[in-house]
Amino acid sequence: MTATDALKARRTLRLPRTAPALRRLGPLGVVAAALLAAVTLTTLLAPVLAPYDPDRPDLFNALAGASPEHLLGGDALGRDVLSRLMWGARTTLSGPLLIIFLSTTIGTTLAITAAWAGGKVDAVVSRLLDVLFAVPGIVFALVAVAVLGPGVPGVVLGLTIAYTPYVARVVRSAALRERQLPYIAAAWVQGRSAVGICVRHLLPNLRPLIIAQSVSALGFAVIDLAAISFLGLGVQPPTADWGLMVKSGLDSATRGQPLEALGAGLLIALVVAAVNVLGDRIGRQEGELR
Amino acid sequence: MTFLLRRLAGLAVVLVVASFLVYGLLYLVPGGPMAFLLGNRSGTPEQIAAIREQYRLDDPFLVRYLAWLGDALQGDFGTSLVYRQDVSALLGARSTTTALLVAYATVVIVAVGVAAGTLAGLRPGRADAVISALASAALAVPTFVIGVLLVIVLALGLGWFPVFGPGEGFLGRLHHLTLPAITLSLGSAAFLARITRASVREELGREHVETARSRGLAERHVVRRHVLRNASIPVVTVTGLTVASLLAGSVVVENVFALDGLGSLFVRAILQRDFAVVQAVVLVLVTAFVLVNLVVDLCCKALDPRLSR
Repeated sequence: MTATDALKARRTLRLPRTAPALRRLGPLGVVAAALLAAVTLTTLLAPVLAPYDPDRPDLFNALAGASPEHLLGGDALGRDVLSRLMWGARTTLSGPLLIIFLSTTIGTTLAITAAWAGGKVDAVVSRLLDVLFAVPGIVFALVAVAVLGPGVPGVVLGLTIAYTPYVARVVRSAALRERQLPYIAAAWVQGRSAVGICVRHLLPNLRPLIIAQSVSALGFAVIDLAAISFLGLGVQPPTADWGLMVKSGLDSATRGQPLEALGAGLLIALVVAAVNVLGDRIGRQEGELR
Repeated sequence: MTFLLRRLAGLAVVLVVASFLVYGLLYLVPGGPMAFLLGNRSGTPEQIAAIREQYRLDDPFLVRYLAWLGDALQGDFGTSLVYRQDVSALLGARSTTTALLVAYATVVIVAVGVAAGTLAGLRPGRADAVISALASAALAVPTFVIGVLLVIVLALGLGWFPVFGPGEGFLGRLHHLTLPAITLSLGSAAFLARITRASVREELGREHVETARSRGLAERHVVRRHVLRNASIPVVTVTGLTVASLLAGSVVVENVFALDGLGSLFVRAILQRDFAVVQAVVLVLVTAFVLVNLVVDLCCKALDPRLSR
């Protein structure tokens, strides 16, 4: 085998896309991504992996400590804590994902419309954003819950309204900058429609920024939703949810079983830390691209 | 002066919009205002007529809103349906608890955040690495999880602090508020430490610092007069914004420690559908938030005259 053949072989062996992406994430980023993947897989496979039915009470296991049968003991009703933790990521993660999806879509649409139209439209959108910024985010969620009643829909609505202005502000300023660049003028001269230019040219160029912004907002959304569930206003019992488990776990802890609160609290913190690390890495790459 | 007037006008707009939304929300509730005014009772036609009369539900919406706003401006937020008490009386005592908690947390945030950030900024190497890692960790742990951890370790485990309740006398109250204040402040202190570190680092690399050093001034003097003074501007801004966000954070912390403040009143009112209380608390929180932001802006202008040009 000649040297060039060996080089070719090495080139074909190298994974074409994933390897550079992983390298750019750095060791900490890879650990964070692996942690998130593991949590997602565990909760998706919870029906198979969980040792017990997460909703089945067992009086003999009520407030029991760790044992070979129940590795993390039982909660106040004797439900298996480990099984509930495995199931619990579903609501804890799907709610924030929905919030980020909605607020990113609405915020980006608003921002690009404002940046493109300029003038009065831009002024109205900017004032609207200013008013929304004047109120702390969690208050939106609590007010929405007051109107719609406790539960996930109210919280998702409220937090979507709270997160939209952050997306819109970041995207709007980037879109304003991008609008000045020659490629937009070139497309315009070619007779492309405004909507066509925004969707085909502007949006793809803003995508790295939008993704970086969404990932860093996701960490906050996980914290906010879990906190509202902890207050008893979000996810409702008997659903296994990490935020709710910290709440019921606090009660169990005063009665001598701290594992439920510690497990759920630790998992929330780990997931948020992992999301933050990823957001940080992706944001840095976005900064290097500019 | 025009700046102040413009800010005050903007503030008034935000408050009017907020109060309108807060009042209008009542009518978005499924079943309308009657649904929660009646509560769980089914209500005879006479009772319904009496309630419509009492709350003037037959007047046009705008008339009722203006009447409510007029009362609210005079501190009358109506009567709580659950407590059968004036809402303003309910708010009064609880505002003190929340204000004390926020003030205590602010002191902790400024003391810990500025000290840790300055240390990390001035001492690259191990001190910096440890502080930065701690700050990242503190930022990832949600407030309520920190609270629960502190309860489990310091209150239940070691017994250094009381678990729940308000406490007796000023010192007792302070002792009872210590864990909640630490809980409320950890995330913000970490954030402030990061900002302080970054801005100390930035100043250290500036030319005027270089110049001061080359003139042979003592390092202590350079740090105090040239680095820290200039680095303080972003720190003050962030501190102010942080205090505003503590108002929202206190809602969660009060519920962890069962403190009887505005936040726990708010959550209870939402669960019991006590709408007069919900409206009042939202309005008070938004007002406080907007006012704190205004004060922060004014302080920044005073610190950095370049801003008002």
